[in-house]
Amino acid sequence: MSTKGSKSGTPEPQNNANLQREMEIQNAKSYMLKASTNTGLNLYDHLSRVLTKVLDERPENVVDIIEDISKEAKRSKFVYKGDTVRDEFDKTTEVALAETHKMLFEKGEGEGGEPEAEEEVETPLPNIMELSYYFEQAGIGLSREECFRIFLALKQLVDTRPLQTVRFWGKVLGTEMNYIIAEVEYREGEEEEEEEEEGEDKDEEKDEEPQDEEEGEGEEDDIPKPDYKPPPVIPKEENRAGANKKVYFVCNEAGKEWVKLPPVTPAQLAVARKIKKFLTGRLEAPIISYPPFPGNESNYLRAQIARISAGTQVSPLGFFQFDEEEEEQEEGEEARDTYVENPDFEPVPVRDLTDPSLANWVHHVQHILPQGRCTWFNPVQKQEDEFEDEEDEEEKEEPDEPEPEVGPPLLTPVSEDVEIDGMPPWTAKVSSHLVPQYAIAVVRSNLWPGSVAFCHGRRFENIYVGWGHKYASENYSPPPPPPVQEEFPSGPEITEIDDPTVEEEAALKAAKEEHLGEAEEMEDVEDEDEDDD
Amino acid sequence: MDSEDLIQYVDFVASSGVVLSSEQKAALQTSLVIMKNHYKFHRVYLWGKILGIKDDYFIAQGVSRDEMAERKTLYSLDCVQWNLLPPATKAMRDHTSVVKGRFTGDPSYEYEHTEIRKIGEGEDATEEEHTIQVKEEDRLTSVIATIDEEVAIAPRGAFIKTPHGEVIRNRSFEGLSVSEAGKLNSYFHLREPLKLKEKTLLEKADLDPSIDFLDSIEEDIPRGGSWSVQFERGSGLVALRSLVWLGYTFFHVPGTLKFGSMYIGNGEKNNDLPFML
Repeated sequence: MSTKGSKSGTPEPQNNANLQREMEIQNAKSYMLKASTNTGLNLYDHLSRVLTKVLDERPENVVDIIEDISKEAKRSKFVYKGDTVRDEFDKTTEVALAETHKMLFEKGEGEGGEPEAEEEVETPLPNIMELSYYFEQAGIGLSREECFRIFLALKQLVDTRPLQTVRFWGKVLGTEMNYIIAEVEYREGEEEEEEEEEGEDKDEEKDEEPQDEEEGEGEEDDIPKPDYKPPPVIPKEENRAGANKKVYFVCNEAGKEWVKLPPVTPAQLAVARKIKKFLTGRLEAPIISYPPFPGNESNYLRAQIARISAGTQVSPLGFFQFDEEEEEQEEGEEARDTYVENPDFEPVPVRDLTDPSLANWVHHVQHILPQGRCTWFNPVQKQEDEFEDEEDEEEKEEPDEPEPEVGPPLLTPVSEDVEIDGMPPWTAKVSSHLVPQYAIAVVRSNLWPGSVAFCHGRRFENIYVGWGHKYASENYSPPPPPPVQEEFPSGPEITEIDDPTVEEEAALKAAKEEHLGEAEEMEDVEDEDEDDD
Repeated sequence: MDSEDLIQYVDFVASSGVVLSSEQKAALQTSLVIMKNHYKFHRVYLWGKILGIKDDYFIAQGVSRDEMAERKTLYSLDCVQWNLLPPATKAMRDHTSVVKGRFTGDPSYEYEHTEIRKIGEGEDATEEEHTIQVKEEDRLTSVIATIDEEVAIAPRGAFIKTPHGEVIRNRSFEGLSVSEAGKLNSYFHLREPLKLKEKTLLEKADLDPSIDFLDSIEEDIPRGGSWSVQFERGSGLVALRSLVWLGYTFFHVPGTLKFGSMYIGNGEKNNDLPFML
């Protein structure tokens, strides 16, 4: 409307336009005078204050810093009240964390009283700070402060539990929280209490299940029982053996409580190989996947730890050796699973360690077989024991006795590792090209990105910091669902026959009567007749 | 990550396993200053590291006054000698998209990719085996360009668009508040906006043209699954990790000007993401 009026140019509309402009100015001014609901300021006063300030102070290049002056003017005007509530809220999370951390820095009262007793037992606590220095050379690791907190957290773990060895295994990133992982071994015989309790619980659960089933069967006899017997469950390895050789503790943040991960079962390992899921950071989170994963996130994490350990824990050649005494005893057996530190270990020169052939690095964790165990378990053998009465079944199963799976023995050189799609599985490097005489040897796994080992003289260590996934150059594709089950072969015994009509029945009846009349002995013939119908 | 604050800031991303050795830090402190002067950059960022089989590439980017236009990318194998990468062209990116596997660490290495494709459209369509040779340097620049496009982010308000269209640092930016820092819509993609034009007028009405000139990462696909937002040090540090490009970590200290990002990874996109959530 206003534009039209101004274009026409006659005196009356011009007057109108003037009025209009007046109105607009007043509108604008009243808009600018509108007080903000948050702060109670209004723009009009603010601008006049800013301009007064500018003219009073006459700063240079004022146009560039007008925003700052404006801010300054606002800040000097009012006291910020709105934030007090939020401020307190902000601090609580930070303060809560600081308080958990503070626990780490407090010296336990008990310790001061009996320091000598502590010293007698050699402390299994590793020097994380020294290790973190070396890992820093390798370009992996955590910030020093975080390392120190983990160091203290491990100390806490050592103080509260009877542990033989402790190692900082690494950190696994999750989508919501991360896991800090400690690898421990209990002192001989001291962990049993805890273990047994868990074992009992599981046994009870197992016992309960069949009972329920039996009850169900008792009530309704008619339900047909399937002939299908599930393949025998491959038992998990004993603690201190194979994939369960070490025990793992996790926590989300140094200072929080350490949670022990359950031992890994072959079924979990088998499924973990087939799936690829992000960890969330909550141990009890369900794993929704195909094929279904038996367990929750703590089991998946444990399975991944076992796989990563088996694939990437390496040590320089000769650092570990097989125990000679045991060697003699177990000569007949296929795989040795123990080793001892070599007292005469000669440090391997860095140049040899970084040789691309990598013959100077060996795996010191047992290979996990496709079965999900480190030592092969014959599933058939178990069946024989269980079903001794059912001789038929035994006969059936004996012929297809599976071939035992064999993996590379312990302390196999890394150079034997399989290539990943034409890429070497390891990358060896010297930490410094500028000062090679003090450099350390670093090997990085290409199969498990995030896994690194270093060696310097007699010191070596492995660490993993990553998402917990194996590298594959091809995209992941979930395994296809099993093929559709075959239909039951159709034969005469299951084909449906048309019901006889009334006429046919009547004819049959008549025929029968005739037969009866003729000769009562010939019952066989009757049957044939029936069949013909 | 801004080269001037590199040494202080690198600790903020260390929780993802990213650290630089003292030697690298010292070398970068020297070489980035020289590079900045040599190429007359207004500001230099340490972009990250791409891990190769034999060697790793350190990547730095220099910008002129405008933070988004004329971003130049340089790489180095030893943190001392920096080489300029050619800008990634469309053809280059198409070619390199077929390459799989890890980087080798040798910029002159040539990947070979054979594919059967039809030559000549319509007239005489014959199937022919076509071998594409891709230089690793080209792959490097394409991957960096893709990562920048897909995951390079900045807090909302950290950059403003001047009336002349330049994108510059916002002098008045004072950091996100803690509650804002936990939300995905407080972070913007540092790229030419793609989704902004698709917004409805109603949505656009609330946008501030000098600040909201970029796409927010909230709309990334898959929604809510592309980023992992974590508060560290209580609420003293927010870390955003991309799940699409594993290895990309962005950090921001709420309430301060401190923010930055770093990519340390294989240089391969996580195409398995839909299965992993």
